[in-house]
Amino acid sequence: MLARLYGPRGWTAIVAALAIVCVLVPLANLVAPPESVFHMPDYTVALAGKILCYAMVALAMDLIWGYTGILSLGHGLFFALGGYAMGMYLMRAIGRDGVYQSDLPDFMVFLDWKEYPWYWAGTDQFWYSALLVLLVPGVLAFVFGFFAFRSRIKGVYFSIITQALTFAAMLLFFRNDTGFGGNNGFTDFKRILGFPTATSEARVALFVISGVTLIAMLLVARFIVTSRLGRVLTAIRDAESRVMFSGYNPAHYKLFVWTLSAVMCGIAGALYVPQVGIINPSEMSPANSIEIAIWVAVGGRGTLTGAILGAGIVNGAKSWFTVAFPEYWLFFLGLLFVLVTVFLPQGLIGLLGRRARKSA
Amino acid sequence: MNRVAIPQTAGSGDVPAYARVAPKGVDTAHGPILYLEDISVSFDGFKALNKLSLTIDAGELRCIIGPNGAGKTTMMDVITGKTRPDEGRAFFGQTIDLTRLTEPEIAHAGIGRKFQKPTVFERHTVFENLELAMKADKRVSSTLFAEISSAQRDRIARTLGLIRLTGEADRLAGLLSHGQKQWLEIGMLLMQEPQLLLLDEPVAGMTDAETERTAELLLELAGDHSVVVVEHDMDFVARIARQVTVLHEGSVLAEGPLDVVRADARVIEVYLGR
Repeated sequence: MLARLYGPRGWTAIVAALAIVCVLVPLANLVAPPESVFHMPDYTVALAGKILCYAMVALAMDLIWGYTGILSLGHGLFFALGGYAMGMYLMRAIGRDGVYQSDLPDFMVFLDWKEYPWYWAGTDQFWYSALLVLLVPGVLAFVFGFFAFRSRIKGVYFSIITQALTFAAMLLFFRNDTGFGGNNGFTDFKRILGFPTATSEARVALFVISGVTLIAMLLVARFIVTSRLGRVLTAIRDAESRVMFSGYNPAHYKLFVWTLSAVMCGIAGALYVPQVGIINPSEMSPANSIEIAIWVAVGGRGTLTGAILGAGIVNGAKSWFTVAFPEYWLFFLGLLFVLVTVFLPQGLIGLLGRRARKSA
Repeated sequence: MNRVAIPQTAGSGDVPAYARVAPKGVDTAHGPILYLEDISVSFDGFKALNKLSLTIDAGELRCIIGPNGAGKTTMMDVITGKTRPDEGRAFFGQTIDLTRLTEPEIAHAGIGRKFQKPTVFERHTVFENLELAMKADKRVSSTLFAEISSAQRDRIARTLGLIRLTGEADRLAGLLSHGQKQWLEIGMLLMQEPQLLLLDEPVAGMTDAETERTAELLLELAGDHSVVVVEHDMDFVARIARQVTVLHEGSVLAEGPLDVVRADARVIEVYLGR
């Protein structure tokens, strides 16, 4: 399908466009003088970086939903877990520069804890936290998926269970005793790998890393969906019993793409937290996970680029709307979802494809 | 996951079917390829199968008929691992216990199944449908890096010719006619190189010409493969059947050549006479 959507040239153009964005944003922020029309303020860089992270999540969602037909309403959980794993490192990197000037993060001092809980061990090492970014969402998704797919839980039941999972995790993380800062989560980060996080340079560096990561993820996802495995995934979506009687074990395929998708979300969360400067349990709220599905539906399911486009457009609109008409944003989002579902079942990418065919 | 070792001819997709020695998986030295004994299945107290016993010989073409609710589809579900029998034994060849394998394992062992409603991958092309069905290492890692060889392309081309879809290779399967989908599904089974084909109403919804062509195809396949056909269309059964088994209320009512079965008073009463 995808190979038919764009030829090799189309793909080169898409990747090149993303790469150009990764070059232009640093130039506009660091080189263009502040009074120039081309200047991009730090705020916009951080916003763009944030949207790149959302685009990774949308890409992960497209693999599991658009291609494999499994609607996850819990992807916000994997994103948040990746964020928390990175946040643990960032909290330890504050050192004694916190309000209480203690070795412990402020929230632990506030709770009168004397030492780090055991599961914080090693998180002062960046590499270890980076490993947790991959492992925590990955292992959770693997274990959850192993039982869910083995029991052949499908469709709306699977969606509801994932929704419940992220909700349960949110309640857990809201508790102060859990040891992740309760409802305030982690914030007030000072530095990452020795560099201060509040500078333009750090923002731009994180932006570029996010952009490169997104391109890499897009290429990996493209490799997967154009491989025979990708065709098996769509086959599972369209006729699972035939896949099974053809000798494939659908549970293994689902588990593979589900776990991969969760790890992608974890990486996105880890890149998101230093750019936004905060991670708290509201990232695990069911509404956030539902919004991810909306990005993909708006952009176009089963197209990869549609997911990236959808994440960009919806979040771009969101940041404008929540400033201009804050009280109407959710109405607009709902309206957008309804309109796209009714009039553009293939999303905005489908619209572009239709116009391209007309002009051809 | 319960992994039951099934002897697999590794990479056999690369070797044309005629170049291989006797199949390794299924031991049919004693004649029967499928052996069902006293199989019972009940759903909420309803006995779908009631001590069903049935033997299919290697290379045989067997038709199974019976009124609605006789247990034909349930029997196929038991053979392909979709439904577990409450009691009884089901063996593929002498050695493979079907009641202990999962659906994909049974498919690997050499049983292909066509559903009543044609089930193909509608969003894939006809060629891709056959490619996905093709006998190969179907584990995740191998599938991710799988590339199609020219020998495999030839095999797909041959199957396309057999099922008369050569001209449709690049069309989406969802755009085929009902009869063509039925053929495509049969073609997909053949790509799996099964020893036993189970076909649930293969000519439902077909035109007369398509039915005739399907009959030819099945007669060609019998011999190399064992074929079990569940069918309502008595003309079609008469065209292809050598041995007919009549199911009624979950067990075998009569078995034998079609004209003998047709003359059986009990069969006339429950099925043919209506």
